[in-house]
Amino acid sequence: MRHVLLIEDEPNIIEALSFIFLRDGWKVDAHSDGANAVATTVQTAPNAIILDVMLPNRSGFEILEELRSLPDYKDIPILMLTARGQTKDRDIAIARGASQYMVKPFSNAEVLKTMNALVGHAP
Amino acid sequence: MLSLDLLIFVSLIYVAFLFSVAFWAERASDAGRGGWMRTPLIYTLSLSIYCTAWTFYGAVGFAARSGLEFLTIYLGPTVVLIGWWLILRRLVRIARAERITSIADLVSSRFGKSALLGGLVTVMAVVGTTPYIALQLQSVTLSISVFANGTQNILSSTNIALWTAAGLAVFTIVFGTRNLDVNERHSGVVMAIAVEAIVKLLALLAVGVFVVWGLADGAGDVLARIDASPISQWGVSNGRWIGLTFLSAAAFLCLPRMFQVMVVENSEESHLATASWAFPLYLLLMSLFVIPIAVVGLDILPAGSNPDLFVLTLPLSAEQNGLAMLAFLGGFSSATSMVIVAAIALSTMISNHIITPIWLRARGQGATISGDVRNVVLTSRRISIIGILTLGYLYYRISGGGAALASIGLISFAGIAQILPVMLGGIFWQGATRIGALAGLICGLVVWSYTMFLPSFGPEVLISQESIDHGLWGLQWLRPTALFGIQGLDPVVHAVLWSILLNSFAFVAGSILSRPSPLERVQAVQFISAFDSGPSARGWQRGATDAEDLLSMAQRIIGAAQAQNLFRTAAQRQGKQGYLPDPTPQFLETLERGLAGSVGAATAHAMLGQMAGGSSVTVEDLMAVADETAQIMEYSNQLEAKSGELTTTARKLRDVNDKLTKLSIQKDAFLSQISHELRTPMTSIRAFSEILQDPDLSDGDRPKYARIIEDETQRLTRLLDDLLDLSVLENGQVSLELRQARLRDILDRAQVSANVDKHLRIRRIAGREDVSILTDPDRLTQVFINLMSNAAKYCKAQQPELTVIVTETPAAITVDFIDNGAGVDMANQDMIFEKFARASDHSKAGGAGLGLAICREIISNLGGQISYLPGQLGAAFRVSLPRD
Repeated sequence: MRHVLLIEDEPNIIEALSFIFLRDGWKVDAHSDGANAVATTVQTAPNAIILDVMLPNRSGFEILEELRSLPDYKDIPILMLTARGQTKDRDIAIARGASQYMVKPFSNAEVLKTMNALVGHAP
Repeated sequence: MLSLDLLIFVSLIYVAFLFSVAFWAERASDAGRGGWMRTPLIYTLSLSIYCTAWTFYGAVGFAARSGLEFLTIYLGPTVVLIGWWLILRRLVRIARAERITSIADLVSSRFGKSALLGGLVTVMAVVGTTPYIALQLQSVTLSISVFANGTQNILSSTNIALWTAAGLAVFTIVFGTRNLDVNERHSGVVMAIAVEAIVKLLALLAVGVFVVWGLADGAGDVLARIDASPISQWGVSNGRWIGLTFLSAAAFLCLPRMFQVMVVENSEESHLATASWAFPLYLLLMSLFVIPIAVVGLDILPAGSNPDLFVLTLPLSAEQNGLAMLAFLGGFSSATSMVIVAAIALSTMISNHIITPIWLRARGQGATISGDVRNVVLTSRRISIIGILTLGYLYYRISGGGAALASIGLISFAGIAQILPVMLGGIFWQGATRIGALAGLICGLVVWSYTMFLPSFGPEVLISQESIDHGLWGLQWLRPTALFGIQGLDPVVHAVLWSILLNSFAFVAGSILSRPSPLERVQAVQFISAFDSGPSARGWQRGATDAEDLLSMAQRIIGAAQAQNLFRTAAQRQGKQGYLPDPTPQFLETLERGLAGSVGAATAHAMLGQMAGGSSVTVEDLMAVADETAQIMEYSNQLEAKSGELTTTARKLRDVNDKLTKLSIQKDAFLSQISHELRTPMTSIRAFSEILQDPDLSDGDRPKYARIIEDETQRLTRLLDDLLDLSVLENGQVSLELRQARLRDILDRAQVSANVDKHLRIRRIAGREDVSILTDPDRLTQVFINLMSNAAKYCKAQQPELTVIVTETPAAITVDFIDNGAGVDMANQDMIFEKFARASDHSKAGGAGLGLAICREIISNLGGQISYLPGQLGAAFRVSLPRD
């Protein structure tokens, strides 16, 4: 079962991503605050994560770092999806262990394709 | 026969002409157009004042009486000029460097600015020149009397002398004391003299040509007459030749008028080089026809005619009135130019060395006001000129005007020549002292007076026949014509020999026996080393100095490493190991250059001089050291100031850089924020646009998603509007529409527009809002809307309430917006007015985070302030607006 956790604070973007992934047959969970994102992840136990960078109370980079430090989430596919488009941000994301990095606004098909590739789901 | 009246008329015209030449030259010189007057030619011609009436008339008389001996008078100056490199060049350079104004000044200055010496030389010059001036007056009188022969005129000979003296005094006063020039140069006078030089040369040449080809039958006839005349028979005494040549050379150097034109009026050293051949040539031309005129005169004029007047009487005898007139003007020129320059030179000396010192001493302290002194100097010069000419006139009267021109001239020459030993000693011998100079001058003056000057008035005038015949107090060895019992010498040679010998002996002995004062020593060095240029030009001798000492000094000056390096390199070049080269001259020069870089050339030279002993450290060196030190101090002061400036500039630069860095960081953050804020709505719009294309979309979802797109588009538009608005406000480009408005109306409008009544209860105190204010009501409304909306968004109270309180103070009107929520965290209070500084999460805020930033800019543009009020129940904002 493909199960994605959306860590994203913009309700409309959560709405859009949920629609896309649900339509593709994924199980979708969403979380919109930085503070307890890691706890939510552990609770929901997804097999892929879409992570925003600019979140209230805690940066996506920090969350990424903490997740990668947990044994269960060391290898989980994490797609960093952010409105910050600078190379510097991409480098930080990759250095801290992001599986992929995409800049908003995104193409729906692209996000889906990337996520399916990350979880090893044949198209 | 030429009428005397015509002669006097022509003379007056000529004098007027000279006046105008002098006047015109002064004007041109003042106007800066006098450059061409300072040429070698004019300089050479001005030297011709050496050729006075004595030369013009007297040379012929001299030749008629003594044959070729007259040539000695020309030989002396020729020798001096040909050897100009040796003495004249030195004199000119010293005079320039020391601002010497006369020969008295030269002697005084050299011997420690001695007032006594200056006064003594002045007295000697006056005494020596007085007979000479008398001679000129006599020649003018004689020449006029030639024309007056047989006619009766109101002008007696004494009258002529008196009028001539008076006229010359006027001319000299007008052009010689017109103003005070530091260099004592008189372009007008020099120009007039140059003109006179040409007139007298032309006159003499014209008479000569007339005599040879008019009266005689050409050169061959003249040569034959010379052979036949007694002139060729007169044997030439070697003693007299040497004596007279020496005398004329000495006089040429020491005569006050010669010193004036040759040294003081000299504007360029190079003129001497030209004069060194041109002036002997002038003298040659002047002497060319002397013998022919003398011989032909002796031949054809009646026996007993005065040979001193042949130049005039020969043309007159042939009824050549025009030529005679020219000859007269030539003689007149010779006489007047001499008197004028002599009077100028002497008056300068008298006023500078006698009157001014006495006056200053008499006045004591109060006499240092320059205008005061100036008047005294000019007046004293004018009086001196009158005095000098009076003296000359008196000498003429007393001596009876009977003596031959040449012998009067020789008396003058011998008197003036007494200055020569002291002058030459002064410029060549560092050991010469003031005491020596005084002794020499007094000795020479006494001997000259006794052997020449006093007897020249004739027996029983100033010295008794008894003394002349048997010596003073009956002492035979004191006979004026045979001092120390030496007889058989020519009187002139005798006088010159003894006076100069005793003079020199006293000078040398006095100098050796006395000690110079410090000032004398300074001046001696300045004079003797007139040709030493800069310190570096002076070579080093192999000194007895120790290389070790030099090294330790050099280390102190240029630093150990550099000094050792310099010494080691030098040692290697000499093929030696280690750091101690031999102190060869080459090495000392290298070292001097090395040191000069740090302490200046003069200091370096002085230091090495002291250690190496190759040349003593002169006062000049020490002065140069002081100069350099002053310069270095000045330089270091400037450096200090510059370094201060630099520090300030650096600090400013650092501040600016910090600010720029901060701004740059802020800008980056801002752009990053904008990018984020723009991308977020665009992300939703794009995502839902794609979703809407899905044909399988349920009918319920479609309008919902379309609605989201619309919302996000509006959000985007609002954001762009806010950014634009903020940009305009921040750049101060906003145009405010100020007008009087009631605060209550503005708040009413804001409340309606904010449309927050369903979220929030707004409490207002209407009575206090009845305030009129000059403001931009639209902009103020915008601020109020923002504050109300914020309260609606962020106030989390059960029953959200916003209280608006208007307060009037004398200076301002404040409007407080206080809600009953949790307020803003202390940590965030400082940054809530910054752009994108949204305190809580985005989703609920709905804005771009620019609201308070815009509020702050608007209020700032309206001249007020907006601030967060801490310590209230909830979030509290105060808008403070200035009263009209």
